[in-house]
Amino acid sequence: MTNLKNKNLISISDYNKQEYLEILKLAAEFEENPRQEILKDKVVASIFFEPSTRTRLSFESAASMLGAKVIGFANPAATSIAKGESLHDTIKMLSSYSDIIVMRHSIEGAARYAAEVSSVPLINAGDGSNQHPTQCMLDLYSILKTQGTLENLQITLVGDLKYGRTVHSLVEAMCNFNATFHLVSPTALKLPSAVKMHIKRAKLKYYQYTSINDAVSVSDIIYMTRVQRERFSDPLDYEKVKDSCIIDASTLEGCQENMRVLHPLPRLNEIAVDVDTTPYAYYFQQARNGVYVRQALIAAILGLR
Amino acid sequence: MTTINKRELIVSAIENGTVIDHIPVTTVLMVLNILGLNNYEDEVLIGINLDSKKYGKKGIIKVRSKYFEQHDLNKIALVAPNATLIVIKNYEVVEKKSVQIPDKIDEILKCINPNCITNKEAIKTQFTVIGKDPLKIQCHYCEKSMTNIRFAE
Repeated sequence: MTNLKNKNLISISDYNKQEYLEILKLAAEFEENPRQEILKDKVVASIFFEPSTRTRLSFESAASMLGAKVIGFANPAATSIAKGESLHDTIKMLSSYSDIIVMRHSIEGAARYAAEVSSVPLINAGDGSNQHPTQCMLDLYSILKTQGTLENLQITLVGDLKYGRTVHSLVEAMCNFNATFHLVSPTALKLPSAVKMHIKRAKLKYYQYTSINDAVSVSDIIYMTRVQRERFSDPLDYEKVKDSCIIDASTLEGCQENMRVLHPLPRLNEIAVDVDTTPYAYYFQQARNGVYVRQALIAAILGLR
Repeated sequence: MTTINKRELIVSAIENGTVIDHIPVTTVLMVLNILGLNNYEDEVLIGINLDSKKYGKKGIIKVRSKYFEQHDLNKIALVAPNATLIVIKNYEVVEKKSVQIPDKIDEILKCINPNCITNKEAIKTQFTVIGKDPLKIQCHYCEKSMTNIRFAE
């Protein structure tokens, strides 16, 4: 049993394979029994310097279900930060009011810095375009739940593979489990070479495609992401590629029975609503899994499990 | 132990201290800055455009009464990868060292990501060297990797 007490979670690489599995096992226990008053005398600071729906609410829901008091803010405009208080001072103050801090910030590296300043452990709920490790943990949990294992899977990643931080973290994490990667994206939004380096170092295979149709039949998981219009300087370029990375129920014909479609949400048009009623859709359950994974993380880091 | 040679005397010999030789002529002032010699109160002798058999022209810095830790000297490997460090005691060369690109670089560099926390708050930068040839570094905070090196002002 690894000890995660007081161990910050800033980047997915802060934890190792054993620690991922420990958290996933604990998440399964919380899914069985999500309401336990094990954090009755604990205060969780939930500080969101930029808007978030799913992540913030699932963290606050996770903490509340375990009996913790939740303090914090969802809008820094109403705090002393709007008066120009530094991140350093905000974290110093908050770490004396709470037992653990959950933080989202628009600036990259803010979470690592805040963890160095804080006297209590900190969980990164997203720092700019850098890291969002709890999303990755819930993606791993969803893959484990739907496939029964994390080992030797065919993982297809679709959409904006260049800027999508969830994709980068998932690739890095799945490199621990002998995955084969199928990368589907417009040419302009291919997976960066620094991320491909993780796959190469792990001596695993990846294949690149520009159309999803070529990868459907081999996939155990299809992980969809949004292709955002603002990533393209020429709107025509966007129009040309936007339909190469969308799926509907007919796209999934011929897929394996065990295949499941994941998406970090929110979705736009990349998954047609007719996929929702197929047995392959898993993205809403995936979002719900976020609560159990975050319960597991808070409990483990506070040393209560 | 060899006595310091005549060529090095061009800039004037020092009794005790460190000679940093084979600095590219364009980075002599950067080396001074990196080693914090701008504010050093004892004697610092600087030579620029001296003849060098190996490099054509070179720079040299002599610092009186100061010895450096290898870890400090390695910082100048970024701008003077072929520098030689000569430790002088009683006008004699007692040790010669070369510099090596360190595995970690603190403070002297600036992150090129404008949205990195180190460019928003007063934080000392930290980088991990992830490739030495060509040089590639990764910011400890925003985790961006970069091949463009920028020195902090």
